[in-house]
Amino acid sequence: MNMRITKHPILGDIEYDRKVKIYVDGQELEAIEGEMIASALLAAGIKTFRYTKKHHAPRGIFCGIGRCTDCVMTVNGMPNVRTCVTPVEEGMRVETQHGCGKWKEGAGDE
Amino acid sequence: MKGLKIDGAPSIDELRGTPGYPGIERARKRSIAFIECIEEIPCNPCETACLRGAIKVGRPITNLPQLDEDKCTGCALCVAACPGLAIYVKTYDYREGMSLIKFPYEYLPLPEEGREVELADRYGNTLCKGKVIKVDVSAKNNRTAIVWAEYPQEYFEDVVTMIRL
Amino acid sequence: MRVWDIVVVGGGPAGLCAAIEAAKNGARVLLIDENSRPGGQLFKQIHKFFGSAEHKAGVRGLEIGLQLLKETKELGMDVWLNSKVCGIYDDNVLWVVKDERKSFQVKGAAVILCTGAVENSISFEGWTLPGVMGAGAAQTMINVNRVLPGRKVLMVGSGNVGVIVSYQLLQAGAEVAAIVEAAPRLGAYGVHTAKVRRAGVPFYVSHTIVRAEGDGKVERAIIARVDERFKPVDGSEIAINVDTICLATGLTPLAELAWIAGCKFVFNRVLGGHVPWHDRYMATSKKGIYIAGDITGIEEASTAMEEGRLAGVSAAAAIGLIDTERLEKIAGEIWERLDALRCGPFGENRKIAKQQVMAGGDEQ
Repeated sequence: MNMRITKHPILGDIEYDRKVKIYVDGQELEAIEGEMIASALLAAGIKTFRYTKKHHAPRGIFCGIGRCTDCVMTVNGMPNVRTCVTPVEEGMRVETQHGCGKWKEGAGDE
Repeated sequence: MKGLKIDGAPSIDELRGTPGYPGIERARKRSIAFIECIEEIPCNPCETACLRGAIKVGRPITNLPQLDEDKCTGCALCVAACPGLAIYVKTYDYREGMSLIKFPYEYLPLPEEGREVELADRYGNTLCKGKVIKVDVSAKNNRTAIVWAEYPQEYFEDVVTMIRL
Repeated sequence: MRVWDIVVVGGGPAGLCAAIEAAKNGARVLLIDENSRPGGQLFKQIHKFFGSAEHKAGVRGLEIGLQLLKETKELGMDVWLNSKVCGIYDDNVLWVVKDERKSFQVKGAAVILCTGAVENSISFEGWTLPGVMGAGAAQTMINVNRVLPGRKVLMVGSGNVGVIVSYQLLQAGAEVAAIVEAAPRLGAYGVHTAKVRRAGVPFYVSHTIVRAEGDGKVERAIIARVDERFKPVDGSEIAINVDTICLATGLTPLAELAWIAGCKFVFNRVLGGHVPWHDRYMATSKKGIYIAGDITGIEEASTAMEEGRLAGVSAAAAIGLIDTERLEKIAGEIWERLDALRCGPFGENRKIAKQQVMAGGDEQ
């Protein structure tokens, strides 16, 4: 499924020449350099970003501007990363988060 | 129909008699702008765009645009200038039995010139077939295309747009 | 701790204009924004703006954004991106966390808070399902990220935001199944509603959403008619197959920093709730702290830009860069332009609300 808007009456046509590869729950996914993780996921039709701790209810993007934290996922071993305001990087590992997530050892270190 | 604030589109009764909506007798004589702007919102680019001074908003800028039916030549400069996309230019006697509309259009794909399209009323209902005469995408319109289409005179007032392709 | 003449928090339309005016008048300016690109919500406004030529009417929001960024660059101010202001202390000292890992204290002789607003949501059965989102979130996705959040959308709320985003969803290639409005009349400018109506989008006034249904994601919306007390009427439910439900149910000013700073607040429903008191120069009750844009009450980008200019000039005057006479002249011109935007049936209530805020009293 491709949800990208490549032709637009106001914004014009767009061609993506700079792409990066990210890994979503281990699956390789092509993303556009500089775009937010949430955008790459929605472009591929992925809508569930995490499951809540108590009821295991699915959640996805909600506010899109980094306020509501509904879209948090585990990124490169670091849980609770707001995917709507975090840009993709080459080789990034993005995982569906369950509950509050778990820190991987060493994640977030310089 | 119950009017602008319920249907979302202005009814003919709401439009007639507003200062931007021309009298139907005048409209049948020569090309003229139909300004379908019936709420006092703070906006005046139509006034600024008109080179002939045929549209007056004045102060405060919430005044309804007033159309000078003698000065308007139907040049359509106001059509893409209107941020509300609420102005159409219509010619009743474009040719035998046919009228012409120039309407703003901001969707893709654009229709090709010469193509037959379905023309619609203010509620999105298909009214009749029409033929695209021209698609004006000049830079001054800043990505608001102006589509010219001819259609049967009996739908003169009701046609405002086309069904998207 | 590093010190600037003026520190502006938030790089949306208000903050950019505040920073530009301050820098134009000779202030050393630091502009802080938590995003990786300044512009706030301007870059998702792809429609032509209203107002008159001096308000940049007829120009698309994103073009105004580009112009403001260009001016910011030419003026050579300091811009910190990916930077969050987490605290505000006495004497206009700010605690900033940069790139999620470095902590700084910065001080401005004057500070201008332009932190904007956040969308409201309403709750209903199924509202947490993936596919339910703010209308602004959908707008960011289609116009900034150029990704469709779904193929078929129900819009909840018929104010300008709901109707403009519906139009832009159509432009992006999505289908808008309907726009529902709990009130008996539509809220947006009629020219906006007319655009989507002639594109075939139906409006349902006196209707609300009662339920989102679907297996793990939105597959259907159930709407129902409401009575005079906004309670759904039994038996009036309509099911609409959609994969996305957008909520355009108003905004609330983001005023946490002003709270922390101890600014005096007033409550005003028209402006979106609790807003910091300010005077006609956009100064708050705390010396050296100014505000502009949606933090002062929910309006539009055009008013936010004018308020930003006013705050920038006032702050520059407060630190001695502009004399009183010149300040009065510029402030007078800006107020004239603000008054031009705040009149008519859609603007008059905001003008009155602003006067109530400046008078310092809570709305009754």
